[in-house]
Amino acid sequence: VCIHRVRSCSSIRFIKSKYVCVFDKSALKFSHQQRLFRTSAVSCGQIVQFKLSDIGEGITEVTVKEWYIKEGDSVSQFDSICEVQSDKASVTITSRYDGVIRKLHYSIDDIAFVGKPLVDIEIDASKGVSPEEDVVETPPMSHEEHTHQEIKGHKTLATPAVRRLAMENNIKLSEIVGTGKDNRILKEDILNYLAKQTGAILPPSPKAEIVPPPRKTETVPAAPRDKAQKIPVPVSRPIAFSGKDKTEPVTGFQKAMVKTMSAALKIPHFGYCDEIDLTQLVQLREELKPLAELRGVKLSFMPFFIKAASLGLLQYPILNASLDENCQNVTYKASHNIGVAMDTEQGLIVPNVKNVQVCSVFDIAVELNRLQSLGSAGQLGTSDLTGGTFTLSNIGTIGGTYAKAVILPPEVAIGALGKIQVLPRFNGKGEVFKAQIMNVSWSADHRIIDGATMARFSNLWKSYLENPASMLLDLK
Amino acid sequence: MVLQSLKNCLWLSCVLRTPKAFFWSTASGGLIIQSVSNDVYQNLAVEDWIHDHMDLEKQQVLFLWRNSPAVVIGRHQNPWQECNLKLLRENNIKLARRRSGGGTVYHDLGNINLTFFTTRKKYERMKNLKLIVKALKALQPQLDVHVTDRYDILLDRQYKISGTAAKLGRTSAYHHCTLLCNTDKFVLSSVLRSPYKGLKSNATPSVPALVKNLFEKDPSLTSEMLLDAIAKEYAMQHQIDHHINLLNPADETLLPGISHKTKELQTWEWVYGKTPKFSVSTCLNMAYKDSVLDVKVNMDVKHGRIEVCNIDLPEQWLPPGLSSELVKSLTGSKFCPNETTTLVTTLLRVCPQDDELHSRWSLLCENMIMLM
Repeated sequence: VCIHRVRSCSSIRFIKSKYVCVFDKSALKFSHQQRLFRTSAVSCGQIVQFKLSDIGEGITEVTVKEWYIKEGDSVSQFDSICEVQSDKASVTITSRYDGVIRKLHYSIDDIAFVGKPLVDIEIDASKGVSPEEDVVETPPMSHEEHTHQEIKGHKTLATPAVRRLAMENNIKLSEIVGTGKDNRILKEDILNYLAKQTGAILPPSPKAEIVPPPRKTETVPAAPRDKAQKIPVPVSRPIAFSGKDKTEPVTGFQKAMVKTMSAALKIPHFGYCDEIDLTQLVQLREELKPLAELRGVKLSFMPFFIKAASLGLLQYPILNASLDENCQNVTYKASHNIGVAMDTEQGLIVPNVKNVQVCSVFDIAVELNRLQSLGSAGQLGTSDLTGGTFTLSNIGTIGGTYAKAVILPPEVAIGALGKIQVLPRFNGKGEVFKAQIMNVSWSADHRIIDGATMARFSNLWKSYLENPASMLLDLK
Repeated sequence: MVLQSLKNCLWLSCVLRTPKAFFWSTASGGLIIQSVSNDVYQNLAVEDWIHDHMDLEKQQVLFLWRNSPAVVIGRHQNPWQECNLKLLRENNIKLARRRSGGGTVYHDLGNINLTFFTTRKKYERMKNLKLIVKALKALQPQLDVHVTDRYDILLDRQYKISGTAAKLGRTSAYHHCTLLCNTDKFVLSSVLRSPYKGLKSNATPSVPALVKNLFEKDPSLTSEMLLDAIAKEYAMQHQIDHHINLLNPADETLLPGISHKTKELQTWEWVYGKTPKFSVSTCLNMAYKDSVLDVKVNMDVKHGRIEVCNIDLPEQWLPPGLSSELVKSLTGSKFCPNETTTLVTTLLRVCPQDDELHSRWSLLCENMIMLM
């Protein structure tokens, strides 16, 4: 290692002076300086043919399976170049040099030969060709110096340039977490570490998410619903040094959202909100939960909300209707297929419970359990996701009070349920008591639904939930 | 074995509190570790971790592990070609892609996995397999087991009881293999049979083989006995203590970065997205009312996403705008039933509300989803 350092001293002296300048300036200029350094280092250099080294076991040929780089890419020593396969063995070929890939000698699925050129790499003339031996450093065995347990024999991968940078700044490579391939330490890692020491502020990468973006999505809880407010846990990701924008095509779930919401735009929405006192319902659910559990079903509040909605729709069937494309005909749907918005890993999906008008609260709970487990496993079928006539969105499980939900065509109404909060209210005697209050925000298609209808439906729905016993009178 | 494991666990938990007794730091020429987890992703992550982080110059490692039901495909394979994905999903059988090459295997608790870690220079598969055969014969001398030149282990010259794969990096390498002790052969053969037709790809194909469990030959053999016998032989050959160290793959302090590796192995991008480019060329036979429709479908799938999609429908069977909408939506999407279901059900929202149309649409989409 000593000999190596002496040899490369002369060739990388110019690197040292550049870095000395950088540290005098503000930390914000790091990335810019670094980029300059990179491009200036890779000028016209010698082209070296990197040959496929011996695989072992007498193997002479392999199949190229995947390229990790393409012509024109910069590579550093130890970067993965490609994956080849030979007789059940998958081999990762790594670069021996720092430089720019100028030519790939094989395409995917070609047979490559041991000892023959694999890629041509243009190496920076001033840097020279790095030695062929693997430059690997093992940290000294010093338990006393580290308060946390250290794994011995831990390889620290870093190029000579990086190692020099660390040495100049009195940094132990073992103290740095490498973010490069195979956990090798990159120049950025050293600079990040230094920035932390000096308290310099680095521009955060757009990739680092701190709080999950709020969405008008909700979960149908599998666990007994307590509507407790959960503080979003900051998603910590290692803050990458480069601050580049990232553009991705819109696919899959997002594409579906774009289509639905663009169609929904054409519907003139109006909103109507109200407050529901769920004190009695909360108590009722507490009593019924164990009964349902005995039958193997988790009972949340949703089955009650859904059943009450269906009872309301019986009185106001226009809310369970559909307007045709030309706004010429209104179709009153016979089935109450009530959709429940679900938040999954991939995005928003809205399966529906079919024919709620002939289901008991327990039946609905069973069906919700089924949809919920299929939903989280990503196995909902087309029939579960089509045919909905009315939707409820329980955004309250994540948080919020009032919301403006977007109607899902071809439906004409949707309800967004906020979280249940314990709030002081006045009772009939003028006394203050603890009430379990939930807010509901309805949105409806103003072309065929008027405010009065929505209000009356909401009042009816509210009365069923505030006094659950009254549901018994109208249950079919 | 449970009692022994518990005993070992307790012993280790006392021992691990003192940094000096860290089992990584033994100065001997070998180390035997066994995973306490049956999660295929966690165990594969341990392999990655040891491969990336351990210095195997002075100390080689034998890693013993077993998984709850899972199908493991090789690095460059095509899961649609190798197994019945629908069956897997329905039965909660996990699908994992390992980093080593080779073919597809089915794991359950009746199968043991052995990984031999060495430096790149000391990589030698025959040696490892011969070690296993020696251990088996020491345990049960009547067993007719031998190693073929395809690196399989055969029982009675006929039945495959072990398959091999390997991964070589810059400085380290590992060779792992399975060993069928008491695996459910019925499930094995059903899941490893692909129902998907019309697939054309250059992915590594698996070579099907007749398999047998060691248990069928000698019912007294258990997984624990086999693990122990192999560990003993390894210990002898490496001149180390015959002691199996238990390892918890979820231990982030012992294995920093392991949870990241575990997560990566579970991403869709790794499991499905790493499939080499392939094409699907098939004909959907859709029974509609009194006739049967033949619909030719052609798709190119790259990185697990549909690059090109062609659906040859009879004219006017669907409104022209709608079928092109379907193709447009599918292009760029994952070749995945869940994603496709979401897309097609959404498209239904924005087309005319016509029962006839809806049933035709559902029929077509259900058939398309069956291909995935």
